[in-house]
Amino acid sequence: MKFLNYFRGETFARGIHPPQHKETATMPIRRLPFAPRLIVHLSQQVGRPARPLVRVGQEVVRGQPIAAAEGFISVPHHAPASGVVEAIRLHPTANGPWGEAIVIRVHPGSTQEVLWEQPQYLPALDADELIEAVQDTGIVGLGGGVFPTHAKLKVPKQWPVDTLVVNGCECEPYLTSDHRIMVEHPADIIAGIAIVRQLLGGPRAIIGIEDNKPDAVEAIRACLPDDGSVSVEAVPTKYPQGAGEMLIKTLVGREVPPDSRSYQIGAYVQNVATLAHMGALMPQGRGFIERVITVVGTAVERPGNYLVPIGTPLRFLLEYVGARDESLEVVFGGPMMGQAVASLDTPVTKGVSGILVFRGRDVAERAERKTYPCIKCGECVECCPMGLNPSTLGMLAAKREYELMSEKYFLGTCFECGSCSYVCPANIPLVQQFRVAKRILREKAVA
Amino acid sequence: MTQPLIEIRSAPHVKGPRSVEMIMRHVVWSLLPICAFYIFQYGISALASIVVVTATCLLAERAFVRTGTQAGRLADFSAVITGVLLALTLPPGFPLWMGAVAGLVAIALGKALFGGIGFNVFNPALVGRAFVQAAFPTSIATYTPSFLAGRFTEFIPSSLALPLMTPAGTADWLQSKNLDALAGATPLAKWKFDGVVANAIELLTSLSGHIAVGPAPALILLCGVYLAVRRFMDWRIPIAVLGSAALTAWLLYAFDAARYPNPFFMLFSGGLILGAVYMATDMVTSPVTPRGMWVYGALIGLLTVVIRYYSGLPEGVMYAILIANAASPLIEKITQPVTFGRGAPGRSREGSPGYVSRTDANAAIPKKRFLRNKPKK
Repeated sequence: MKFLNYFRGETFARGIHPPQHKETATMPIRRLPFAPRLIVHLSQQVGRPARPLVRVGQEVVRGQPIAAAEGFISVPHHAPASGVVEAIRLHPTANGPWGEAIVIRVHPGSTQEVLWEQPQYLPALDADELIEAVQDTGIVGLGGGVFPTHAKLKVPKQWPVDTLVVNGCECEPYLTSDHRIMVEHPADIIAGIAIVRQLLGGPRAIIGIEDNKPDAVEAIRACLPDDGSVSVEAVPTKYPQGAGEMLIKTLVGREVPPDSRSYQIGAYVQNVATLAHMGALMPQGRGFIERVITVVGTAVERPGNYLVPIGTPLRFLLEYVGARDESLEVVFGGPMMGQAVASLDTPVTKGVSGILVFRGRDVAERAERKTYPCIKCGECVECCPMGLNPSTLGMLAAKREYELMSEKYFLGTCFECGSCSYVCPANIPLVQQFRVAKRILREKAVA
Repeated sequence: MTQPLIEIRSAPHVKGPRSVEMIMRHVVWSLLPICAFYIFQYGISALASIVVVTATCLLAERAFVRTGTQAGRLADFSAVITGVLLALTLPPGFPLWMGAVAGLVAIALGKALFGGIGFNVFNPALVGRAFVQAAFPTSIATYTPSFLAGRFTEFIPSSLALPLMTPAGTADWLQSKNLDALAGATPLAKWKFDGVVANAIELLTSLSGHIAVGPAPALILLCGVYLAVRRFMDWRIPIAVLGSAALTAWLLYAFDAARYPNPFFMLFSGGLILGAVYMATDMVTSPVTPRGMWVYGALIGLLTVVIRYYSGLPEGVMYAILIANAASPLIEKITQPVTFGRGAPGRSREGSPGYVSRTDANAAIPKKRFLRNKPKK
């Protein structure tokens, strides 16, 4: 009686079920070769850009730090391959504005071996040293938040955390990179969980995995420590199950109040990919230089889960997987929340979990659909996981009543999951309007 | 590699399959069996009425879309729904020219005046009907019995009245069919003016004898179930309407069974079922919030029974829905959904039957279940 789960409140309310398209779920992780030039952006994270440590013309080896963290809310970056620093110049980013980046010309003979590391014994470190060790790896939230992980780990002492929620949902359609990490590297995830538990004072850990990935549940269950501190739960497959607040609601049954952090209700969420990288890199003291990315879409000839060096230009990657057409739509991230990329010179950054490449003619159909006035069908109200009223918000957005949206209809609560735009039969760009509204409100608040 | 054209769109990059046209098309499909049954009951007069009213609605819609006074387009099927529903609420022998007036008013005053699809405050079909009810009170009250012999070859005489002329009376015509004039009264009118309560089962199927009723409520409910299951209609509204009408009628019946008819008669007579399933559920004019739908439906059910019992009119569904349409923005305002994290504290899953992680018993779990632990000072 799965159906009854919805009445028992065993998952969050509402949400949607888009087609999953997890065709790459069975494809093992494969290595992508080095591109001739790798472009490491100094700002791949929330917070301040890193400060370059290298000069133009300098030789770097794979794994060597090439940029240092600038303050606490910032991370260092490492050379993804051995080569020569060719330039430090502006380069396109996925978000639009160009950003400063270190361009490395890769030596033709550069090996996969990581040549720079500082092994350390983690259990001996105290909390501050451990947080520093996390920062040294340069890891950011790999679920898409790209908030520096070490900064997120600094939970204020007055808020005890009783549950570490490990997010293995990967609810976005198409994406399978977290899935493959869970299947192939469960031990790294457990090691990462141990590090976070050590930092947070040993809370219980629950790994939440959507029930469309039974092999991942099995793989992790086989690696669980014997003391029962870590458990695995299959959670209902429903978008956006992988949103932190939603998973906390599902696994722990608590709702994060507005304008609060999840640790204020005693829960702490971390993505499986982030934990897997922490578990793999930190004992060696290595930097975060490559990540698993699902490359898939209608235009891709050889889709799969690739281990991509950070800084690989999109053009090289698309050529390697065989994506060509007269017109392409390239998306960093998942189809529901991902960012369309404007230039093929954009490099892969730390927060990219998937690259979707659609042929222009496949997306044209959606773009040509007629937009109607809101017919008040209520679909959006019935799918909004945050319990907002997108219908009314959309009408207010059309009238530019941004303050009213924020004050009376809780626009700030929206985390832009896109469910409302997905279901809207009138094809109204709801979440797109909310994004604009939030942006305008933010700018007004600053001014 | 040649430089491909890069297309940029804002997320989400996938789109659900449902569209306005699709929803409207399914509603039209679900109306077809009801129309067929109506034509089976009343013959070519019913067919002519449906065709004329729907065609007028489509022509009016076309004219208003063309002149740019309203949004939407002809192909979205919304005008078809308006026309068919309007025709189903009119008596089968309603003069065709009056039907055309009703269709024109429905689109012009009910829809185009507000700006077209999505903007109308009142159900357009009911606006049209309300207009002709005021303009032609005799004709709209003149029903004829169903299943008359020769109904597929002969028009009901009033149907073919010339524009602006008084339609021919049906009494003589009924005489020629060996039926008295009373046979043309609807069950609700019979109850209201003569105190005769019809059998609810007969009303449900509409099949027994020459009773003057619309399409069978059983069939309408069936089509409604189809729409609700496919989620082209919200299931809450019909349940709220019928539930509240039945409850109100039952309370009054329990209070004084001699004076008030039984609740089943109330449910299955007149246009209540058609109104609950097809009129009240009109998306544009009903609230968008789930709780609002319950309130809105309950209001319609209550008002219907009150109007039927305590006003001079035998039928009250139309006015009940129109009043609830007017109230729907207010209802929506007071029934906004509870935003995540702002409601009552959620139930902890610990102890619930599906809770898998029993191994947690070993881990230290502080006994706090609700929002915001108090910070340790």
